Amino acid sequence: MADGSIGLWTVPLAVLGGAIRVSTPFLFVSLGECITERAGRINLGLEGTLVMGAMSAYGISYLTGSPWLGVLAAGITGALLGALHAGICSLPRVNDVAVGIALMLFGTGLAFYLGKPLIEPTAPRLPAIDFGWWSDLPQVRAALRINVLFLIGVVLAPILYWAFRTTRWGLLIRTAGESSDAARAMGHSVLLIRLRATMVGGFLAGIGGSFLSLFYPGSWNEGLSSGQGITAVALVIFARWDPLLCLWASLAFGGAAALGPALQSVGVTSGYHLFNAAPYILTLAIMIITCSPKRTLTGAPAELSITR
Amino acid sequence: MTTEAADSTDAVGTVAPAADPGFLQRHGGTIEYVLIPGAALVGALAVFGVFVAMFGKNPLDLYFYMYYGAFGTWFSWQNTLTRAAPLILTALCTALPAQLGMVIIGGEGALLIGALSATSAALALQGMPPFVVQIAMVCAGVIGGGLWIMLSGSLRQYRGVNETISSLLLVYIALAILNHLVEGLMRDPASLNKPSTREIGAANMIGSIPGTDVHWGLVFGLIAAIASYILIYHTVFGFAARVAGGNIRAAKIVGLGVSKLILTVCFLAGGAAGLAGMVEVAAVQGRTNANLAAGYGFTGILVAFLARQNPLAIIPIAILLGGISASGGLLQRRLGLPDASVLVLQGIIFVFVLASDALYGRIGFLKGKS
Repeated sequence: MADGSIGLWTVPLAVLGGAIRVSTPFLFVSLGECITERAGRINLGLEGTLVMGAMSAYGISYLTGSPWLGVLAAGITGALLGALHAGICSLPRVNDVAVGIALMLFGTGLAFYLGKPLIEPTAPRLPAIDFGWWSDLPQVRAALRINVLFLIGVVLAPILYWAFRTTRWGLLIRTAGESSDAARAMGHSVLLIRLRATMVGGFLAGIGGSFLSLFYPGSWNEGLSSGQGITAVALVIFARWDPLLCLWASLAFGGAAALGPALQSVGVTSGYHLFNAAPYILTLAIMIITCSPKRTLTGAPAELSITR
Repeated sequence: MTTEAADSTDAVGTVAPAADPGFLQRHGGTIEYVLIPGAALVGALAVFGVFVAMFGKNPLDLYFYMYYGAFGTWFSWQNTLTRAAPLILTALCTALPAQLGMVIIGGEGALLIGALSATSAALALQGMPPFVVQIAMVCAGVIGGGLWIMLSGSLRQYRGVNETISSLLLVYIALAILNHLVEGLMRDPASLNKPSTREIGAANMIGSIPGTDVHWGLVFGLIAAIASYILIYHTVFGFAARVAGGNIRAAKIVGLGVSKLILTVCFLAGGAAGLAGMVEVAAVQGRTNANLAAGYGFTGILVAFLARQNPLAIIPIAILLGGISASGGLLQRRLGLPDASVLVLQGIIFVFVLASDALYGRIGFLKGKS
């Protein structure tokens, strides 16, 4: 990577490439969590869903030879974990935050257990589209090798934004999140709406996981996700439950996460671990700046336990 | 725990409601607190049995080896108690803020920072009498871990940042700081494959309880748990904390200093987890390295929830879960189960315990007349 001809330009290029590459799991998890939280529930278990998704995608891709079947399997696994979360939360007096923590531990544990035989073999990866064909510089070409999942995510964000505003389903989800009494009065089952919203959220988070194991970093091991899931949940809060802001926030996060490896590639190795912690520090910093003890956040669904 | 549950079932059977009509009314609640988590635990073990049976292992072998590896011999008891020590302390990190209605899940971070502070203190005081060094390590561990969780508490109090998410983010930041220092400033040049700090010195280790291989950390844990229990249930401070946890507006109206309560409780909580880090350094590892991130902080969350945030109940639950993790090695050797099977079982137990929350007050025969 360290090509002397463009010198320090490597860093912003790598950060840009990283923003595109690393942001995809953040994007999918945050969009999924956005749907779940808009329906009035918080699922902290998406960290576990992400890891389970990564493991099942890798396993299915290895067994069938088709990475896209792997992506589908990751989504289905995620939806099942979402259903489990919603199912337990629909019992009376069960705290959704605590269930999320439980599923975070359960999901990671199960993924490590089932994924033991998958650490050695190599599974077929997802293909990338080469948007950098016009450039001679290898750095530019590397930065612009873009995965289809990223493009799907980018398209999904405005679709969700539109769907929340105008479609029947979007309105139902928001009603359940703003006032469960109102939704009930309209004759809808709040539990059912939240079940579906959590399952869709889990589906997207699972797909985010498949990106980790099938594209970047592109292998299965137990250190694959270190907090991306929980960072994405926090990201939804300062994206104000707005899918479009989730997209920008994810890109910023991807860039921050790529900073460490990018600096390392030009020879700045001291502080490598601190730069790797950049997304967490950034999340915390943005939460400190945007939250306030005096008022609830603008845009927060009124039924959400975490902001009340 | 399972035997306790069985005992209480017997108690219900022998003292029939007809013989003593007030019995269930007086003790129904207590029986519930033992019976329901006990049943959840049995249910989780059953599901885990089915799970391993799907991989062609005999569930009865599983239960036997789990029992044998956890409580079967004096050796396994010592292993269990050694693991229970940090679990008691990290569970307090979740249980104490829970009295105020806060969900702190960052005990792992406080443990790492506590370990790092304790190691720094020991390395700075090389040559001093061991007793002085040990006291300094305890203080440094408690203060380091305490300030770390107090950060989460103050962010919640002064900036409205959700403490669950901030404390978890701080775990990853703590790990990064630890790796940074261990591979840089504090690295022992002799540690080639596994970057570590220099050793704190054999003389400064806190050693074992006489006649056992269990280190003194267990006593630290027991003292901390009992002290927390007294603090919460038998002092004005604890009463104020529980009032604030029940209704924050009422607490403010009667003039309780809520900020002070939150900060103090978070400091004590983090201090407990920091002490766990100190114990792991001063009794097990002898130095700080990435080995310390062994997941005690996360298992501690499960212990706290299973104990229903009661500091005294944390002690037996920590021993139970210490036993489960102690049996992991035996399950790996004898049944060929991956080491992650302990994590799976912990996850299943956690899910069952939370789902069982729905049962409180709904078991017909325990209701009495109320």
